[in-house]
Amino acid sequence: MDIFLQQVINGLVQGSIYALVALGYTMVYGIIELVNFAHGEVVMVGALVSLSVIERLAARGYSGWTVIVIGLLLAVPACIALGLGIERVAYRPLRKAPRLAPLISAIGVSIALQQLAALIWGRNYLHYPDILPKTQYAIGGAVISEVQVVILIAAAVLMAGLWILVQRTRLGRAMRASAQNPAVAGLMGVDVNRIIATTFAVGSGLAAVAGALVGAYYNVGNHTMGFLLGLKAFTAAVLGGIGSLGGAMLGGLLLGVIENLGAGYMGKLTDGAVGSNYSDVFAFLMLVLVLVLRPSGLLGERGIEKV
Amino acid sequence: MSALLEVKGLQVHYGGIQAVKGIDLDVHEGELVTLIGANGAGKTSTLNALSGLLKPAAGSITFAGQPLAGMPVHQLITAGLALVPEGRGVFPRLTVAENLAMGAYVRADQAEVRKDLDRMFGLFERLHERRDQKAGTLSGGEQQMLAIGRALMGRPRMLLLDEPSMGLAPLMVQKIIAVIRQVAAEGMTVLLVEQNARLALQAAQRAYVMEGGRISFSDTAHACLNDPRVRAAYLGE
Repeated sequence: MDIFLQQVINGLVQGSIYALVALGYTMVYGIIELVNFAHGEVVMVGALVSLSVIERLAARGYSGWTVIVIGLLLAVPACIALGLGIERVAYRPLRKAPRLAPLISAIGVSIALQQLAALIWGRNYLHYPDILPKTQYAIGGAVISEVQVVILIAAAVLMAGLWILVQRTRLGRAMRASAQNPAVAGLMGVDVNRIIATTFAVGSGLAAVAGALVGAYYNVGNHTMGFLLGLKAFTAAVLGGIGSLGGAMLGGLLLGVIENLGAGYMGKLTDGAVGSNYSDVFAFLMLVLVLVLRPSGLLGERGIEKV
Repeated sequence: MSALLEVKGLQVHYGGIQAVKGIDLDVHEGELVTLIGANGAGKTSTLNALSGLLKPAAGSITFAGQPLAGMPVHQLITAGLALVPEGRGVFPRLTVAENLAMGAYVRADQAEVRKDLDRMFGLFERLHERRDQKAGTLSGGEQQMLAIGRALMGRPRMLLLDEPSMGLAPLMVQKIIAVIRQVAAEGMTVLLVEQNARLALQAAQRAYVMEGGRISFSDTAHACLNDPRVRAAYLGE
């Protein structure tokens, strides 16, 4: 088996999930310069809501991708509502406050959502029912599962859709204008508050899909799953250059690949002293390196497409 | 005839100071009026009150018979008022064409918007050449033209210009003033707020001179140009 190719495939799959989540961080940062630390929890809620739906459907004997899609049909609106609610309650009242205030508010929301999820779903790891096909395809000495293929395609379609929305539509233009100069965008007739809310809605919708995919991929979920995932995705956003859409996509994919390559070769490189469970170290080491060498991120500053 | 823009007894507080101490000002349909005065005379505070950025402490602002106080900023353009802010405020990472399209954000008549876009490119040739360039790469003068063109894309009833000559080379200032005159000649109502009094008085029909938060003088632009007090204080003679 080709370990290198296998780790690249696994990395791209994991990375496309990071990218979907990173887009939410970067879009919100682009428009209000806030690191929305509660974003990881929105992913968690997306995963657990879809899990609840999937469990019930599986118990009635349904299986296959249709079940996941139905889960998404509930998880996406739930997360959009949650994202809008967070913006309205925790961030909008602090729009003119010193920058530390909304940051603390974000951390508060994050903790509150984790505890709320613990009340609803309990504190144990929840396992996804076995409903997806186990088909695997061989490519050049490595294998890719059907689940992985679906994740890659879904992420690619969503990212392309987002790119078109932001670059080619009137709404996207207003989003970019509001990110660059909200006061003047207002003079053009843009209701900037609504644009900000829309940005949260779009980011939360992507987070819901990412949550459902992550659940389907790893087959587990619990109320704390959003923390590390959110941190990784934020890392990806910073790696790519926070505020940049292309950067979030690139940063996510890159982080996924590096992490998986690291995990795949860690044992060999250190002669078994440390194993693949140290893969997170690679992710954050990479972040430190990039920030030292290129503080604005890979695609930051120049060529930035803030939203 | 009642004025398009009517300001009565306007008082504005800014940073704990009474920046505008009760002024009356009106602009009629089709007029090019200028508000001149030194730095800190209260011009910007007046304009910020007009655009809703600052809340007036007293007095009234009426535009086309409608009170402006309390109107959210994003509704000004729908009401017919377009402000070209000080420092131009172009969207640096949008292209020239995208900036102009933002000016027409609230308009639904896409066919007419396209016509206006062509009109702007006719009026500002430089912008046409650079239509796909990011606005941030334009020179200051080009950005000012873009800001004016963008404001016109909203088909406003009145244009408020805040210090359009600021930071521009003399040759470019002349060009900008020529554009403002042309726009006014085509029937647009304009309020030009300027520190460069000579320039503003040459372009405008009427003028208000602001000093220490009050209107100290108002007359036709021609009369102002010949008034010894204005000449001494603002034209450096």
